[in-house]
Amino acid sequence: MTVKKRTEDLTFFQKIYVAEIGRGLMLTLKNMFRPKVTMQYPEVKFIPPASYRGRPVLVQENNGVERCVACGLCSRVCPALAIEVQASETELEKERYPEKFEINMLRCIFCGFCEEVCPEEAIVMSKDYELVFTNREDAIYDKDKLLTSVDKLKDRLEFLRKFK
Amino acid sequence: MSLFEIIIISLIKIVIAVVALLLTVAYLVYFERKISAWAQNRIGPNRVGFHGLLQPFADVFKLLLKEDIVPDAANKPLHTLAPFIALFVAFATYAVIPIGPAIHIFGYDINLVVADVNIGVLYVLALTSLGVYGITFAGWSSGSKYSLLGGVRSSAQMISYEVSMGFSIAGVLLLSESLRPIDIVNSQYGWMWNAIVQPIGFITFVVSAFAETNRLPFDLPEAEPELVGGYHTEYSSFKFAGFFLAEYANMIIASCMIVTLYLGGWQIPYIDKLGLGVTITTLLQIGAFISKVVFMLFFFMWVRWSIPRFRYDQLMNLGWKVMFPLSLVNIVWVAVLIMLFN
Repeated sequence: MTVKKRTEDLTFFQKIYVAEIGRGLMLTLKNMFRPKVTMQYPEVKFIPPASYRGRPVLVQENNGVERCVACGLCSRVCPALAIEVQASETELEKERYPEKFEINMLRCIFCGFCEEVCPEEAIVMSKDYELVFTNREDAIYDKDKLLTSVDKLKDRLEFLRKFK
Repeated sequence: MSLFEIIIISLIKIVIAVVALLLTVAYLVYFERKISAWAQNRIGPNRVGFHGLLQPFADVFKLLLKEDIVPDAANKPLHTLAPFIALFVAFATYAVIPIGPAIHIFGYDINLVVADVNIGVLYVLALTSLGVYGITFAGWSSGSKYSLLGGVRSSAQMISYEVSMGFSIAGVLLLSESLRPIDIVNSQYGWMWNAIVQPIGFITFVVSAFAETNRLPFDLPEAEPELVGGYHTEYSSFKFAGFFLAEYANMIIASCMIVTLYLGGWQIPYIDKLGLGVTITTLLQIGAFISKVVFMLFFFMWVRWSIPRFRYDQLMNLGWKVMFPLSLVNIVWVAVLIMLFN
């Protein structure tokens, strides 16, 4: 093994370290008076940007009907097998709707594939990151919990149109 | 003064000293966390009480409620004894630190020092060397390789730095011609602070004090990334709290010693020229001592959050090849000063 030669030798003042230590101390002292970056969580909440991938939700139009046509693509593409869809027929124009739509939030890995694959823009990632449950049954989110009105998801939908 | 009076006065001094020391230790932990937070642009503990001021008590209660675990491989008597040695040494050393000039109340002349020993500095040196036993016993008796490594490192480190510490103190003693802490403080009248008269000795002493108290950049005995927790890996609950207390108490002792030996103790330069009353002067001087100690404590923490840890061989090199010769140079320097001006 060849020994690497130092490209630059330290000067005498750097070698006695006292001045360098002083400079280091000044740096930390300066930092003590700079504004703090901490966000005091329960009182102040982080509002994520539109690109944030939080809990996946189903988009609900203003007339109360979900966009989803229960094609099952999201369920197919989900790498963690978190989504379960059961289709049924309806009198509406879209002819199909999900009778049952469940996402197991213990399995979900927030990859956003479901959102990418959806042909109807019916499932999108929301900004919700506060996911708390005390048992496994509660972790399975059904349609009631997933449906979110389209107004609340404006940010994300615009983002998707721009970049997807 | 009868024996009874002496005992009463000493007891009062001891109670005040111990309570003050314990409270200071508790809040040192708090400020350590605060300063670490500030240095990293964080806020630090602020949930328990006003601005988190009750945090130390929450910490203590948490530690007391934890289970006290003694490993199977441990040597039980020594494992139990070790934290008490560390604590005893840390608290006993405080006895000889003078916090102010002699005061006169209720017809008694009282020295503001628990025990006015005429070999005070020697006493401090002797006791701080004893402190190694606490750590070494802890490391050895735990029956764990990490603890043992921590203990061995600590004894090697303390013995190496004790030498340069002793030699730096010799410079101070040459000037004061006494081992009595009060005489040493009195010898630094005006701007004749030892830190100014003998800057090299000051630097070597401060560096050795950092090494003696196992503070960063010399905290090899407990180097977390390498040795888990070092000598207190196998300690929990109150015994761990004991080591924790001892570490911070040692920091206070070290700051007090630096202030007493090098920063003029309670002296404020030329305060007697201002013509203030005796009481005010005394109070100001006690305040000066406390603020100097507080500054040194802040310095300890400031350094801890600025400078990374030394490697073991660098530590030994620094101790024997740099600090030791420097402290010898300092003695020569002081001797020359005395020859020229005395």
